[in-house]
Amino acid sequence: MTNSSLLGVEGEPGRFKASVLLKPRYIDPAKCTGCGECAKHCPISMPDTYNEGLARRKAIYVQYAQAVPLVYRIDTEACIGCGLCERVCLAKAVTYADAPREISLDVGSVILAPGYEVFNPVELFDYSYGRHPNVVTSLQFERILSASGPYRGHLLRPSDRGHPKKIAFLQCVGSRDEREHAGYCSSVCCMYAIKEAMIAKEHSADPLDCAVFYMDIRAHGKDFDKYFLRAQEKAGVRFVRSKVFKVEPKNGTGELSVKYLDASGAPAGEDFDMVVLSHGFRASKQAVDLANRLRIPVNEYGFVQPGTLRPVDTARGGIFACGAFSGPKDIPESVTEASAAAADAARLLAPARGTMITKVEYPPERDVRAEALRIGVFVCHCGINIANTVDVTAVREYAKTLPGVAFTEQNLYTCSQDAQRHIKEMIIEHSLNRVIVASCSPRTHEPIFRETVRQAGLNPYLFEMANIRDQCSWVHQTQPKLATKKAKRLVRMAVAKASMLESLAGASVGVTASALVVGGGIAGMTAALNLVEQGFPVFLIEKEAELGGNARLLSRTHDGADVREFLVGLIDRVKNHPKITVITQATVVEVAGFRGNFKVGYMVVPRKDILRLECGAVVVASGASELKPAEYLYGQHPRVITQLDLEQRLPEPGGELPGAPLDVPALETMKSVVMIQCVGSRQQGRMYCSRVCCTQAIKNALRLKELNPAMDIYVLYRDIRTYGFAELLYRRARAQGITFLRYDETQKPVVEAVGDGLLVKTFDHVLGEPLHIKTDAVVLAAAIVAPEESNLDLSHALHVPLNEDHFFLEAHVKLRPVDAATDGVYICGMAHSPKTVDESIKQANAAASRAATLLSKTQIQLDPVISEVIDANCDGCAYCVDPCPYKAITLVEYMQAGSVKKTVEIDDSKCQGCGTCQATCPKKGVVVKHFKLDQLSAMVLAALAEE
Amino acid sequence: MNGNADKSKMPIGSVLVVGGGITGIQSSLDLADGGYLVYLLDELPSIGGIMAQLDKTFPTNDCAM
Repeated sequence: MTNSSLLGVEGEPGRFKASVLLKPRYIDPAKCTGCGECAKHCPISMPDTYNEGLARRKAIYVQYAQAVPLVYRIDTEACIGCGLCERVCLAKAVTYADAPREISLDVGSVILAPGYEVFNPVELFDYSYGRHPNVVTSLQFERILSASGPYRGHLLRPSDRGHPKKIAFLQCVGSRDEREHAGYCSSVCCMYAIKEAMIAKEHSADPLDCAVFYMDIRAHGKDFDKYFLRAQEKAGVRFVRSKVFKVEPKNGTGELSVKYLDASGAPAGEDFDMVVLSHGFRASKQAVDLANRLRIPVNEYGFVQPGTLRPVDTARGGIFACGAFSGPKDIPESVTEASAAAADAARLLAPARGTMITKVEYPPERDVRAEALRIGVFVCHCGINIANTVDVTAVREYAKTLPGVAFTEQNLYTCSQDAQRHIKEMIIEHSLNRVIVASCSPRTHEPIFRETVRQAGLNPYLFEMANIRDQCSWVHQTQPKLATKKAKRLVRMAVAKASMLESLAGASVGVTASALVVGGGIAGMTAALNLVEQGFPVFLIEKEAELGGNARLLSRTHDGADVREFLVGLIDRVKNHPKITVITQATVVEVAGFRGNFKVGYMVVPRKDILRLECGAVVVASGASELKPAEYLYGQHPRVITQLDLEQRLPEPGGELPGAPLDVPALETMKSVVMIQCVGSRQQGRMYCSRVCCTQAIKNALRLKELNPAMDIYVLYRDIRTYGFAELLYRRARAQGITFLRYDETQKPVVEAVGDGLLVKTFDHVLGEPLHIKTDAVVLAAAIVAPEESNLDLSHALHVPLNEDHFFLEAHVKLRPVDAATDGVYICGMAHSPKTVDESIKQANAAASRAATLLSKTQIQLDPVISEVIDANCDGCAYCVDPCPYKAITLVEYMQAGSVKKTVEIDDSKCQGCGTCQATCPKKGVVVKHFKLDQLSAMVLAALAEE
Repeated sequence: MNGNADKSKMPIGSVLVVGGGITGIQSSLDLADGGYLVYLLDELPSIGGIMAQLDKTFPTNDCAM
């Protein structure tokens, strides 16, 4: 339901009535083919909001070429009612009489993900935005870089369409700025600015200088610091720590002068061809109105702000909030929250699972075995991504000449909805029985095209892709002639293979509807409870004797929620749930099987034997821990402690100190405390940010101030990374007189013992001189480290890789943040990377949601692209048995005609079709379906053949 | 669950997702794959949200579309 608004929701969790307004589109979606003839004739030209006003569109429009649904809409505010579109529309889809319609839906739950809008910097007069064309926002810059953008992907400056040589990126535009009513950090701008700077440099034929003007670089996500480092060291992006106060146009030149205060507070300036404003998030008016209509409170900035321990809840039960509606966040966090909200909705509606859905019906599959070869080749322009380098028409003309090709066509975007519909029609109309798309990577797009050919009645494995973008146009941008030649060759190879493709079908197997959760901390227990409440029994394996993990060492979250009380409740629910089997002091030692059907071996202390269980999905929540530092006198001086040490000694507000404060003087009597950040993080060998430490240090500093307002507290930091609403805590800390002093990684502070106390030596960048601080205690923000050895073991058992810091690696960092590369395995909590309690809870629920999509199925289809033994050729030499990484091959012997015959057998459920056996076999006795030797050699011959 | 449960108390196996950006789309996919009927609603004429305006995403520099 696009072009629609939610008007209101009444009822109770599980049984709501939602009223929805379907706004008039003035186009009948059932008739519109998305051909675009109407827009060609429309006389109205207006700013294109999709291109952030940098291009123009018509009053009858689609947002962009790949829009879903690909149905035009008339913008009645601009339409003059001339009637041209109605006359030219061949599909008779224009319906001027369209009127708003209200409908009512019965739903069990509502998930709110209305998103955000970006800050409009026109309000910031000093930055010249809106008054000088070469000052653009980052979203406009995205459009400039995009192949479907106003300059078709060429990096041009708007004033004269010239090639910029110097670009400045200004951070925190409308973020961390109470004057603009945005005291929070928008969380994502540092990383997108770095990305834009790097891509701009790649796009530019001439050397391009990019400088990022920033206060703190907030690269707090997983592996973000490595990307930041790459930008500095490999791409040569400059980073200038500064406060920009003015962007001044230089008359007549198109250039802009950026005036700023440098790190020492001295005024400075530099000229640029373009200035990109990294504008922050705003609650959208639409989202705030929606919240008001639904009677859901928002915070002072207009965002829904759930409590840290119920991170996707709203004030109304059964209605959940996720994505940027509940505060600025990046794509992986939004995707994680989306799954977490789905998990909460699914838990609520578990008894009604499957009651409202019907199965997708496909047309019967055509048997093409007896048919003569009729190949269809669709060559994609990919906007300009391919067409700018490769002569697409020439490739298509060439494809026509290849044997077996019965139909060819070229498309602007073959992946768009109208192109899919068209491919289906062409398959049927021309009785095609093999289909080739020459476009981008099968990694991202093969599933879409396979689905399309299946809908046209063909087996999905009668489809082949030629990657003429990633492997051709992108890498040969400077050699268009040779690139075109190579594209032809790639198509020729695809045609050679397509000629030999066969219909394939995977076996269907049952699913064990239970899960194993590895790790009994907050993440593991949360995932276990969600799964069990969705109806799936859970085995929970914890290596310690007690449940709780790191949370046992925490007192309160930064918004004041009581972690201890929450943890006690969680442990109680887990232990007492009849369908959760808690196994403590246990370790997973081996995992066999595959998604839906894992067989897990585990050991329990002190037993020496391996115990076994079966489950359909595995959630890895094995956690991480605080580093024991080897610097700053930690372990040598009793008054040097870590933030977790401190947190355990903090009393409840108004309450008593929990336990003896060891050798540290009573907290309330201390006069001075120095906190040192990034201890063990962001340095050689551990090039990552531990994410939680800045907020944790500030939270604890504020608690100390509460205990003793006279205490002097210094925080020695490299970048303060209080992303999102945690920035407000940072602001409060400064207002309460906590001193923040930056140090350089090359000039770390030094801690010395002096009498009973300590002396901290550092360098003050504002004063430009050394600073010595006498203090009663030093608190270290120690890095969060992954348990290397046990993670390596688990990684090996599950076939899930680790990153170089030994955290578990997700299948895709943006779009599949909790899925592991091995199907049926999911990752959450600090096993994935350092994170806060609320982030762990969200990720745990997200992992449960993803696991439930698998566990709720009674049958799953196995991938048919697996190995097959050619019995006539196999002589049982067993060369392939050992190299198989999945242990899917066994040697068998049987009697045949009075003698022993040896051969190998493949376990279809274990085989992943990697092809190692095929490469090892000296006798052509084992092949991988869809990648058989004759198919591959046909491709090689086609590659080597002359044109 | 309880076979004798009052039918009027039985939850409805469908979910309304408001917002067709990357977040709303992911919620919808999870729920639909898990056996629930999903109504996905967006104010704009097509889904995709702000991510559809992005060129590429880091660190893989994959096309955002």
